[in-house]
Amino acid sequence: MDMSAGVIGAQAADATMPPLKAEARELDFFYGELQALKSVSMPVAANRVTALIGPSGCGKSTFLRCFNRMHDLYDGSRYRGRIVFQPDGVNVLDRAVDPIEVRMRIGMVFQKPNPFPKSIFENVAYGLRVRGERSRRVVAEKVEQALRDASLWEEVSDRLDEMAFNLSGGQQQRLCIARALATEPELMLFDEPTSALDPIATANIEELIHRLKEKVTILIVTHNMQQAARVSDYTAFMYLGELVEFGDTNLIFTNPKSKRTEDYITGRYG
Amino acid sequence: MAYDAQAVRRLVARGKQWDKVFVIVGLLCMMVGILTLALLLVGLIQDGAGRLNWQFFSHFPSRRAAQAGILSAIVGSSLVMLVTALAAIPLGIAAGVYLEEYAGRNWVTEIIEVNVTNLAGVPSIVYGLLALSLFVYGLDFGQSILSAGLTLALLILPVIIVSTREAIRAIPGTIREGAYALGATRWQTVRDHVVPYSTGGILTGVIIGLARAIGETAPVITIGALTFIAFLPPAPVSGEFPFLSFEWMRSPFTVMPIQMFNWLSRPQAAFQENAAAAGVVLVVMTLLMNAAAIWLRVRYRKRIKW
Amino acid sequence: MSSSVSTVNTESTTSSGRFAQNAVRHWGERLIESVLFLAAFSAVAVTVAIVGILVYESQAFFQHVPLKDFLTDTQWTIMFSDKHFGVAPLLAGTLTTTGVALLLAVPIGTVTAIYLSEFASYRVREIVKPVLELLAGIPTVVFGYFALLMVTPALQWFMPDLPGFNMLGPGLVIGIMIIPYISSVAEDAMRAVPMHMREGSYAMGATRLQTALKVVMPAATSGVVAAYILGISRAVGETMVVAVAAGQQPNFTFDPRESGATITAFIVQVALGDLPHGSLEYQSIFAVGLVLVLLTLFFNVLGHVVRKRFREAY
Repeated sequence: MDMSAGVIGAQAADATMPPLKAEARELDFFYGELQALKSVSMPVAANRVTALIGPSGCGKSTFLRCFNRMHDLYDGSRYRGRIVFQPDGVNVLDRAVDPIEVRMRIGMVFQKPNPFPKSIFENVAYGLRVRGERSRRVVAEKVEQALRDASLWEEVSDRLDEMAFNLSGGQQQRLCIARALATEPELMLFDEPTSALDPIATANIEELIHRLKEKVTILIVTHNMQQAARVSDYTAFMYLGELVEFGDTNLIFTNPKSKRTEDYITGRYG
Repeated sequence: MAYDAQAVRRLVARGKQWDKVFVIVGLLCMMVGILTLALLLVGLIQDGAGRLNWQFFSHFPSRRAAQAGILSAIVGSSLVMLVTALAAIPLGIAAGVYLEEYAGRNWVTEIIEVNVTNLAGVPSIVYGLLALSLFVYGLDFGQSILSAGLTLALLILPVIIVSTREAIRAIPGTIREGAYALGATRWQTVRDHVVPYSTGGILTGVIIGLARAIGETAPVITIGALTFIAFLPPAPVSGEFPFLSFEWMRSPFTVMPIQMFNWLSRPQAAFQENAAAAGVVLVVMTLLMNAAAIWLRVRYRKRIKW
Repeated sequence: MSSSVSTVNTESTTSSGRFAQNAVRHWGERLIESVLFLAAFSAVAVTVAIVGILVYESQAFFQHVPLKDFLTDTQWTIMFSDKHFGVAPLLAGTLTTTGVALLLAVPIGTVTAIYLSEFASYRVREIVKPVLELLAGIPTVVFGYFALLMVTPALQWFMPDLPGFNMLGPGLVIGIMIIPYISSVAEDAMRAVPMHMREGSYAMGATRLQTALKVVMPAATSGVVAAYILGISRAVGETMVVAVAAGQQPNFTFDPRESGATITAFIVQVALGDLPHGSLEYQSIFAVGLVLVLLTLFFNVLGHVVRKRFREAY
């Protein structure tokens, strides 16, 4: 399998790589004239956690948001290359592909918790309503399941009708995770999910992510290297729009192949 | 050159004097507006309070000042406001939603935006001229409540569009992204999130627009509202199928400000009193509506803390 | 997922499969977008309609009345048997009342804006701004009452020769009416000037007034000019105050102590009477309406040009 140019250490990971959920192949991305991603190729292993790390501006969030076509919402964005989604084998960046359909199968959690100004129940239920789920029983069941999966059920089961704003920051973020989980996505994108949270809330969510990977594939952007080391199976280091190194998390952090990776990990810049 | 402390001190003192003078001048200027408001209200109430009784509200206008009332004017104003609201609110909100959520940055959008700004500055009487030619004669709606309602709807359309846009802009982008990330379409995001969360701001604009429309005289006169109406438009319900009648929309009518204008134009002091009384009613109505809008705006800003 | 090992050849090149567009949803969305677009486009339609109608009805008028007479005759006696069609008296009335209004409103509005933006405390602003908003919300016919029955008598106390119908009273009242418009837009413009510009001035020892006049106002010129243009448009288009208190006799004069009729008051006067569709009187109101719109357009364009020259980039 050709992991394409610019990715060091791919051979080592290749041998023991489990089945993939998605794969970026020579992905370029442009904001107008500015090229933000340069020929990025990276596998996303199914039912594993893959972390994207790198200094500010390296393009990790930009890369993440390509997966669910978020850039389509803004004028002037242009994709080139492919993100192949399995088991369909389809390039989700293709113009013939409906971004709505993509987002139905891929969920996202944002950096700052963004619950809707609605009740806790309605927040989690929204994704289901958008899919046309009308049965109140089914919705209630799925909402409960999602809240349990997000480790939030115990804390909110008696106040599902309260406004989501009343929850603490950590709880709100878990609510957003539950909201994304309710629609049973195949791939979950986390964009620096704990950068706005305190250490305890952060630990809760890291534990949650660890448990979730049994059900769903996870791609997480983090500016916190220790978090990447704690939480992920595979790590990708990005720098100025390029994928510099990708591999097993342990190997990346203990024996990085590229000097740039090593400099970043040891804190020489970032 | 030695540092001349004396001279500097004098300079600073003079500067401070001017500051103080300006503060006084500024306060006086602000008093102009406040004083006017106060004098106006006092004058109106003085002249008109005597006429404000139940009779005034339940009688039709009459050649005898003492017996004249504003019944037809109040009913006329209410019906015209109804048509105005029904026409302007959906149109204005839809336009505002389009401009904020759907429109791309191209020349068509720019033309629309320039026009919205322009229309806000067009003298109200020009809307009357438009209505006269287009609604009254062109579309043959006649000199009716329907024509007046549509005219005023066009007049306040820019107000509603602008306040809708501002209310929508206050919604953070991350809320939209949250909805889209769940697979919502643009319309679903607008219907389930954008519009519901901006309702407060929109409502504020609607109230301000309607408050403006109630007081508008010139365009309504121009389309031919009559100044002496001693009857009410036909009721909206009728005894036979289909039980709902729209006859009232085509009926001759008058509105409150025109009634006041009519009385004001008569030299007799008794009619001046009537005019003052009508003025009190008008001012109270618009003050209440504007105050409600201001209160709503303040409360709305506090409620949803983004 | 055992069969989903990713190799190059499992990439589908034909249909998008489960990711294909949902036709019903797609066309539903397009339909909604079209409806909303039409709503937004109505703004353009209204403008086109206004221009179209004014031109259409005016050209009928100008088939009866030569343009030269319209522009040069100093009498407007369309309601009488000896008909003159000079628009000059009406224009003079409009310009005179607007001039008086601006003489009052520009200084007071500007000073108010400077005071609210640079001097006033939060509490003062919270009181004064709503009051000005309420002032702006009062129906103009009520201001007409104010002009006729309160301002003119007061003026007559100083100037005993002042006729009951004059252009001074209404002019002053229109001025008071547009103070909120000028002050609020100008104040917004001044408040938008970044603090660091003021700080630079204060750091040099300038007083508040000096900073306001020498730093803030020049920086906010664009917005302040916009405020003045707004005020002018409002004053030019004002109808009821002049209809009630200025008299209805067109009078070619710029002396506000005389009575006069503005373009807007004339339109109202004609509309109050019998208006047979297609008569010369009917057409005349569109002709003068066109003049009114051109006048407003002129000031808007002037304002735009001035603003462009003074546009400050922070």
